Amino acid sequence: MEMRSAEFKERAVFAIHDASLQQALGKARGGFVGKRAQQAAELPEFEQLREEAKNLKNEILTNLDHYLERYEAAVTAAGGQVHWARDAAEAREIILGICKHVEAKSVTKGKSMVSEEIGLNEALIENGMEVVETDLGEYIIQLAHEPPSHIIAPAVHKTKDQVSDLFLAAHGGPRKTEVADLVNEARQVLRDKYFRADVGITGGNYLVAETGSSVIVTNEGNGDLTQTLARVHIVTAGIERVVPTLDDVSLFLRLLARSATGQETETYTTYSTGPRRTGDLDGPQEYHVVLVDNGRSRMLAGRFRDMLRCIRCGACMNHCPVYGSIGGHAYGWVYPGPMGSVLTPLIKGMDNTYDLPNACTLNGRCASVCPVKIPLPDLLRELRHLQHRQELSPPMQRRALSLWRFVATRPKLYHAGEWVATRLLKLLSSNGRIRNLMLASGWTDARDLPAPPGRTFLEQWQDQRGKP
Amino acid sequence: MAETHTKGPRVGLFVTCLMNVFRPNVGFAAVKLLEQAGCAVEIPPDQTCCGQPGYNNGDYDAARALARKVITTFERYDYIVGPSGSCMATIRHDYPALFENDPDWLGRAQALADKSFELLSFLHDELGATDAAAGVSHTATVTYHDSCSGLRGLGIKGQPRALLAGVAGLKLNEMEDSEVCCGFGGTFCVKYPEISEKMVDDKVRNILASGADTLLGGDLGCLMNIAGRLSRINAPVKVYHTAEVLAGMADGPGIAAATKESN
Ligand code: SF4
Repeated sequence: MEMRSAEFKERAVFAIHDASLQQALGKARGGFVGKRAQQAAELPEFEQLREEAKNLKNEILTNLDHYLERYEAAVTAAGGQVHWARDAAEAREIILGICKHVEAKSVTKGKSMVSEEIGLNEALIENGMEVVETDLGEYIIQLAHEPPSHIIAPAVHKTKDQVSDLFLAAHGGPRKTEVADLVNEARQVLRDKYFRADVGITGGNYLVAETGSSVIVTNEGNGDLTQTLARVHIVTAGIERVVPTLDDVSLFLRLLARSATGQETETYTTYSTGPRRTGDLDGPQEYHVVLVDNGRSRMLAGRFRDMLRCIRCGACMNHCPVYGSIGGHAYGWVYPGPMGSVLTPLIKGMDNTYDLPNACTLNGRCASVCPVKIPLPDLLRELRHLQHRQELSPPMQRRALSLWRFVATRPKLYHAGEWVATRLLKLLSSNGRIRNLMLASGWTDARDLPAPPGRTFLEQWQDQRGKP
Repeated sequence: MAETHTKGPRVGLFVTCLMNVFRPNVGFAAVKLLEQAGCAVEIPPDQTCCGQPGYNNGDYDAARALARKVITTFERYDYIVGPSGSCMATIRHDYPALFENDPDWLGRAQALADKSFELLSFLHDELGATDAAAGVSHTATVTYHDSCSGLRGLGIKGQPRALLAGVAGLKLNEMEDSEVCCGFGGTFCVKYPEISEKMVDDKVRNILASGADTLLGGDLGCLMNIAGRLSRINAPVKVYHTAEVLAGMADGPGIAAATKESN
C-alpha cells in the first residue's frame, strides 16, 4: 500500500470537513468507548488482568527467540510449515511462491493487518489471482478501493448509505438500505467464493508455542470458512504474536474483546493446528505460517520494545480525540491512531512521517485504556526526540527551541521578555481580548487570546511583599 | 504581612508561565489558599519555566537545562506547589525520567519530584484542608473540565470537586466527556490548528449542553484555549481557574471575558 503519511496535514483538514466521515466517526466513537467502559467496570479484575498481560508480554519479548523456535517445532510436528520473512518484500515473495506452487487462481482472505502491512493484495492481484476479502468491513473497502481506516473496524469511516451505494454498484439492484439486508447480500456473494478458493489467508491473533496452533478471533465466522474450506491455509503474523501456552491465550482473550469492541468475547475464536489429518472431516491440505519481522527485531533491541506488546485491539484509536476528529485515512498508512503513529515511523522510516508523532496532545487517554499498558505518549515523545536529534523537525522549530532555552535559563532576560509581552499584548488587545495576532494566527484564527492585565504576577508580588 | 511566622511547611510556589503573564489572579488565589491552610509561602523571584515545551518537542537537552534550574531553585523548600497539573506532572514524572542516566542529578530530581504537588490536590490530599473554601460563596452553575496531565498524570479528579462542594451557592453540572482533551496540547494547538479547533469545538458543545454558566478547571493552558473559543463564538459562559473560586477571588471578569460590560 502506498504511504501517504507525508500528506497528513492536508488529509486531516480534508477529513474534518468531510460531513459523512464526521457522521460515521461520531457514531463509532460513542459506541466503542461506552461499551468498553461498561465491560471494564463489570469485571473486577480487569485492571489486574492488564498488569498481568503487560508482564507476560514483557516476559515473552525477553525470550522471544526461544518461544519462536518452540513454536516452529510444534507447527512442524503438526505437519505445517513455518516461513521466516525479514521484510515486506520477502513476505510477499514467500506467499506468492506458495500460491504459485499450488496453482492458485482464487484467494480468500480473513482480516489481517500484517497482510495490509506487507501490501499482499496488490502483489497477488498483479500476479493474476482473484483476491476476496471476507471480513465484511474489509470487503466493503475492497469494493471502494480504499485502505482500512481502523485496525478492527476497517470500514468504520463509511456510512450505511455509502455501503448501500457500493453494494448496488458491485452486486446490482435492488438497492438495500437495511443493515441486515446488506450483511445478507455480502454473505450470499462471499459464500460461493469460499468454496472456490484455492488458498485461504488469515492473520494470527496468537501463535501458541506449546501446540503450534494459530488463533483467530472474529465476529462473523468468516475466518473459519476462509481457513477450513480452501485447499491451502496460510497464516501471516508478526513475530511478536507468539504466546507460550493455551492458558496464556485465555488471558489475552479476556482483554481483547472487552478493549476492542466492548464485547465480553468475540463471537468466534478459532484454533487451527496444522493441515487436515486423516479422519478429519475438513481442513486444508497444506498449512503454512509466514512469520514477518519487518522492523520488529529492531524494535525489540531498542527504546521502542514496549510497542511490541500491542495486541491490535484498537482501543487507543477509539479513545483518541485526534483520531476521533480526523479518522484513520489521514495517517496515510495501514496503522492509524496512537499505535500507528508509533509503528509507522518505526516500520516505514522517519522520513515522511514527521507529523505522526507530533499530531498528538499527549493527553494520555490511549495509554489509560491500552490492555497491555503501552506508554504510547512516552513513545511518541521519544520519536519527537529522535526527530529532533536527527534534525528532521522544522528548522524554524529548532531555532525557536534554542532561543527559548537561551532566554528561559536566564531569569532576568526571561522576565524582561514577559515584561514586554505583557505590555505589548495588552496594547494589542481591545476590551480584554486579542482577536487577531499575526505571530500567533494558529491560535487566533479560531480563538481569542485573553489580554494580560498589564503587569506580571511576579512584578505585582514584588511590589506587595517586597524582596524575599 | 511581609513575614509570616507559621509553623506550617515552607512551600515554594511555582509560578507557571501562563499564570505569570495572563492570569496573575490565580497566583494570588494560590497564595491565599496555601496561607489559609497554614503554609509559609515563598516565591523565588528567579524562577522561569518547568521546561515542558522543550521536553514535549523532543529537545531533551533544553528540558534538562530548565529542570536543573528548577531543582536548584526549589529544593530548599519543604514542598514545591503550582496551580497547574501540567507543569507539576512534568516536575513529578518527567524530571526523574530526564536524569535517568545522570546519577549526579537523578537523586535531586527524584527528591524534588517527591515533594512536588499540584495546588488543589496538595490542599486536599497532603494538607487535608478539605474546608479550604469555608466561608466562600460564589453563585453559579459550574461544569468542570478535567485537564489531561492532572487527571491521568497526577490522579486529580475528586479533589477539586470536593473542595468546590464547600463553596456556598455553587452547583456542579457535570458535562459529557469531561475527561476528553480540549485540544490545547501546548504547541499542538498552533502546529495543528484545524484539529485543535475541532477538538475545542467538541469540548465547547459539551460545556454548553451541560447548562452551566461557568467553566472551571485547574490548568490555564486548557482554560485559555476553551475560554478563547467560547469568547470567539460569543458563548455566555464564564471561565475561571478553580483556585480563584475557592479563594473567593472570582469576582472580576473571567478568562478571555470582556473587561467592559458591553461593547
Ligand atoms: S497500542 Fe494498546 S490500545 Fe492500541 S491497539 Fe495496541 S494493544 Fe490496543
